[in-house]
Amino acid sequence: MAGRVSAPSLEVSDLVVRFGQRAVVDRVAYRIEPGRTLGVVGESGCGKSMTALSLLGLVPAPGEVAGSIRLGGEELIGQSRAAWRGMRGRRVAMIFQEPMTALNPVMRVGTQIAEIMVLHKGASWEAAEAEAVRLLEAVGIASPRDRARNYPHQMSGGMRQRAMIAMALAGEPGLLVADEPTTALDVTIQAQILDLMRELQARTGMAIQFISHNLAVVSELAHDIVVMYAGRVVERAPAATLFAHPRHPYTQGLIATLPDPERRVARLPVIRGGVPNLDHVTGCRFADRCPIAEPSCRSAEPELHVAAEGHDVACFKS
Amino acid sequence: MSALVELQDVSVHFPTQSGVVRAVQHVSLEIAEGETLALVGESGSGKSTLGFTMAGLQKPSSGQLAFDGRALDEAGWKAARRQIQIVFQDPFGALDPRMPVSDIVAEPLLIQRIGDAAQRRARAAELVAQVGLPRDALNRYPHEFSGGQRQRIAIARALAPSPRLIVADEPLSALDVSIQSQVLNLMQDLQEAAAARGESLAYLFISHDLAVVNHLASRVAVLYLGRLVEVAPRADLFAGPAHPYTAALLAAVPRIGRSRALPAQAISGEMPSPLHPPPGCVFHTRCPRAEARCRTEVPALAAVGEGHLAACHFPLTGGEA
Repeated sequence: MAGRVSAPSLEVSDLVVRFGQRAVVDRVAYRIEPGRTLGVVGESGCGKSMTALSLLGLVPAPGEVAGSIRLGGEELIGQSRAAWRGMRGRRVAMIFQEPMTALNPVMRVGTQIAEIMVLHKGASWEAAEAEAVRLLEAVGIASPRDRARNYPHQMSGGMRQRAMIAMALAGEPGLLVADEPTTALDVTIQAQILDLMRELQARTGMAIQFISHNLAVVSELAHDIVVMYAGRVVERAPAATLFAHPRHPYTQGLIATLPDPERRVARLPVIRGGVPNLDHVTGCRFADRCPIAEPSCRSAEPELHVAAEGHDVACFKS
Repeated sequence: MSALVELQDVSVHFPTQSGVVRAVQHVSLEIAEGETLALVGESGSGKSTLGFTMAGLQKPSSGQLAFDGRALDEAGWKAARRQIQIVFQDPFGALDPRMPVSDIVAEPLLIQRIGDAAQRRARAAELVAQVGLPRDALNRYPHEFSGGQRQRIAIARALAPSPRLIVADEPLSALDVSIQSQVLNLMQDLQEAAAARGESLAYLFISHDLAVVNHLASRVAVLYLGRLVEVAPRADLFAGPAHPYTAALLAAVPRIGRSRALPAQAISGEMPSPLHPPPGCVFHTRCPRAEARCRTEVPALAAVGEGHLAACHFPLTGGEA
């Protein structure tokens, strides 16, 4: 891989995001090496988006972030607002589920992309706009010169997602955070976007944190996977290992509930219930939905421990 | 099996300032009593418009609809209205936030003037239990429920007048995968329960997710740019799609533990605008098999197997897909 930095791209440890008394992200730890993709999986409300926002210093008030986020060895937590601004888009960029809310509706797409290069690299507008056209072409947009002059509403959903990726790439970030980037897209367009991300990673060597509630989508890109539940990491392993031998009952449930087009079953297994209210949980947060929970699971909270080499799990029973 | 719903050469056009949007073009289709017909296609394929037409929310520009053998003209709709219900994609937008669940679920009965207040209350309680919500849900408001539970409320409401057809427009796409399977199983249970009572419940299940469709559907209809390009029994369609578009859709489904088909097998580009559908076969601009004939001649929907129709000049035969 064409790694540009020798230090680990990203090292998150003991990350906590707190809103009042409630920790929506609780002691989360993982690392991503350059050129690798980490998949972060979990249901809505498990803290995966909040984890992503903390990487860009975008956790909304009154949220408080504690712990450590080191990018290329440098600590990000506690740095000034100006330092975050200088970094966002340049060292870490993010793409979102709904490009329409992330793009400025009254600004031409090419200008929005060029703006990043003017701000971060001191490029001239002329050079930046030419580069924007080149980026639009690189993300597979046909007639990029015309499209650069479009407003976001003049593009289809898939094209807007490509434009947002082009914008994220404009600052040549070492880390790209992608939060459900294909969830709003059709399967054929989803496949195209996933191919594009794979190809861009091979070309630039950037690290990717890919967030989704759908394990099948994550499995397309991720080298390593972190499974989150109710703010905590419950399992962490290389992708192949995780799919072959999921250890946490939640991960097993996530895999089992996905309908497989090759293997049809009469009834789909389900994970009963929903994510618990974090205010009243003692013991394992998954216990209420767990098929193998025992009374002891409700008294103490399982910590992430090594179950096999490179495979960590937070469960008393695996 | 007799046809519950029959569409004959139905087209839906929307005149706009920039021209006529041909959302649905010459679609003929049947739904049998008690079956689940899945309607599959990308955004802009016209699948929701066709669903709305079947639910009576959209008038066709041309063509005929019939329900239970009776033409759906004004009088026909009056009689059929309570037998056809709809469930929408967004469980947040579909429920009135200021109504308690009991009123939401009983509203179709009120509108159709079915039963008195006490009977409607009893029916609402029965439905809430049937879709797997706790009894105290009746007195609560939509905001107190999660997305999956709200979709259960929407399904309970659709079931209230004991319909024979529910049009479900992407009922799972706003839900987490772990919740999707719960709602899928519920839909299956309701259909089986209706059959056990000697009644029937058919679904028109609109979805872009083929993995889900494979689980629920008895037959599948594939729509592309307003045209029906393939109709087949579920197993046949998944084992041997005849239309290259269906094959491409299948290849694009993400799967665990097996890399998706190589990019070369996936289709490139996007669906053209329904304002300017291409001449000939509507799919030819993205089709890997397109030849000169495809650019000029519209392929007719023709049989390629038992109950298996495809609109393609060069359909795939077994093993190719």
